[in-house]
Amino acid sequence: MTADVEAAQATPSLEVRGLHKSFGTVEVLKGVDLTVAHREMVFVLGPSGSGKSTMLRCCNRLEEPDSGLILLEGDPVTGKGVNLNAIRQRIGMVFQAFNLYPHLNARKNVTLALRKVRGMSRDEADARAMEALTRVGLADKSENHPSELSGGQQQRVAIARALALEPQVMLFDEPTSALDPELVGDVLAVMREVKAAGMTMLVVSHEMKFAREAADRVIFMDQGRIVEQGPPERIFGAPEHDRTRAFLSRVTGD
Amino acid sequence: MTQWERFLDTFFNAAVLAKYTPAILQGVWVTVWLSVLIVLAGIGLGVALAVIRSFGWRLASFAIVVFADVMRAVPPLVLILIVFFGLPNAGIFLSSFFVLFVVLALVLAAFAEEIVWAGITSVDKGQWEAARSTGLGFGQSLAFVVLPQALRMGIPPLTNRAIAITKMTALGTVIGVPDILNQATTAQSFSGNASPLMLAAVVYVALFLPLVILSRWLENRFAWRKA
Ligand SMILES: Nc1ncnc2c1ncn2[C@@H]1O[C@H](COP(=O)(O)OP(=O)(O)OP(=O)(O)O)[C@@H](O)[C@H]1O
Ligand SMILES: [Mg+2]
Repeated sequence: MTADVEAAQATPSLEVRGLHKSFGTVEVLKGVDLTVAHREMVFVLGPSGSGKSTMLRCCNRLEEPDSGLILLEGDPVTGKGVNLNAIRQRIGMVFQAFNLYPHLNARKNVTLALRKVRGMSRDEADARAMEALTRVGLADKSENHPSELSGGQQQRVAIARALALEPQVMLFDEPTSALDPELVGDVLAVMREVKAAGMTMLVVSHEMKFAREAADRVIFMDQGRIVEQGPPERIFGAPEHDRTRAFLSRVTGD
Repeated sequence: MTQWERFLDTFFNAAVLAKYTPAILQGVWVTVWLSVLIVLAGIGLGVALAVIRSFGWRLASFAIVVFADVMRAVPPLVLILIVFFGLPNAGIFLSSFFVLFVVLALVLAAFAEEIVWAGITSVDKGQWEAARSTGLGFGQSLAFVVLPQALRMGIPPLTNRAIAITKMTALGTVIGVPDILNQATTAQSFSGNASPLMLAAVVYVALFLPLVILSRWLENRFAWRKA
């Protein structure tokens, strides 16, 4: 291993320090610190309104942080003079509501950014899109519009759209919450494959079973703070904080 | 002459029709030409204004809103008369054709701006977020993601409005534009017979009915968003 590669691996993929965010007078994030290592899948749990989505959306500045530092591979995401459009290509995002472009078919949903942001030729972008759609198992749906796809298929196209830009980190905000139960499995299977391929992933989700088996680390957030974090066995098996215990017993129903 | 024969003679006099049909066809040419120019310029300007408004520059947005509201509030005939009879007093002389074109294009632009703007604001915020999250800039997100959806939603109302405005080319008659109605009323006063007006009505139906049917078709075709 060369010194460069070692240095790169010593730098976390994503680093969040002292993140604060208020909406009006309500402080939603009260100082969040978080690092995500390369190839790590970090799960974020927490009650509704605890600030999970806001934290995630600050990472690619869909929400503008009030203060704090965010670094991607050591490069600043926050601060003046950052080329936001350049940095966002390196951070894939998957939304609860899929947010596919309804006027474009699956292939063009994927190629839009490749063409307009990356400046790829049509052929190059199409090839890349087909590759990404194949990965999520939807090569045969490339010419279908979102309205012709099931929720699970739409979410997989959305994942392909993010993957095709070859991001260094992917953010998932409740990717399966809007899906019928029988469609959740397909999306989780794709996420598992993406992780196996070495992607760094920060995931907000209530899929406890999936978290237990796939996550490297679980973070519990409450009221704008990270309350505790650790490997899934420990967080689920022996949570240290009362709030974590209370939350877990509420969602798992024991 | 029976009552019925007199009726036919008044509205469907073959000799009168034969004599004045060429003049009315010339009017058709003027009306069609004007309509095409008005629709292209009006919708083009309306979309441009909606796009400018979406950038959120205060002063520009304010000016656009004032323009759109005023143009939609004042009856087009009033605008036509003001421009045509008012500007010469200020030393500006414009042809009646040009005045009619400018006024109706601006009125259509005002309505088109409102329709497209409503479309832009009704596109889900998640569309912007998805586009921006892939590194598309504001302008690119607008051009490739939001505006196509806004225009699609706007097609039925835009078509309806374009038809309504182009029908108003008949107002050109009062300032002497040689459009269909003007040719017909001239012919009617020369001949003392209403047949040219009937012919004008038939021509209007022939011109606009296909457009009305088209707009109905578009309305069904683009109802997809609600699904
Ligand atoms: N744009 C906004 N304007 C005002 N308040 C907001 C905005 N976005 C979020 N909030 C508020 O911030 C708090 C945290 O919201 P956030 O969406 O981050 O929570 P969450 O943990 O993702 O919850 P959920 O599990 O329900 O998705 C909530 O009280 C919410 O009402
Ligand atoms: Mg949320």
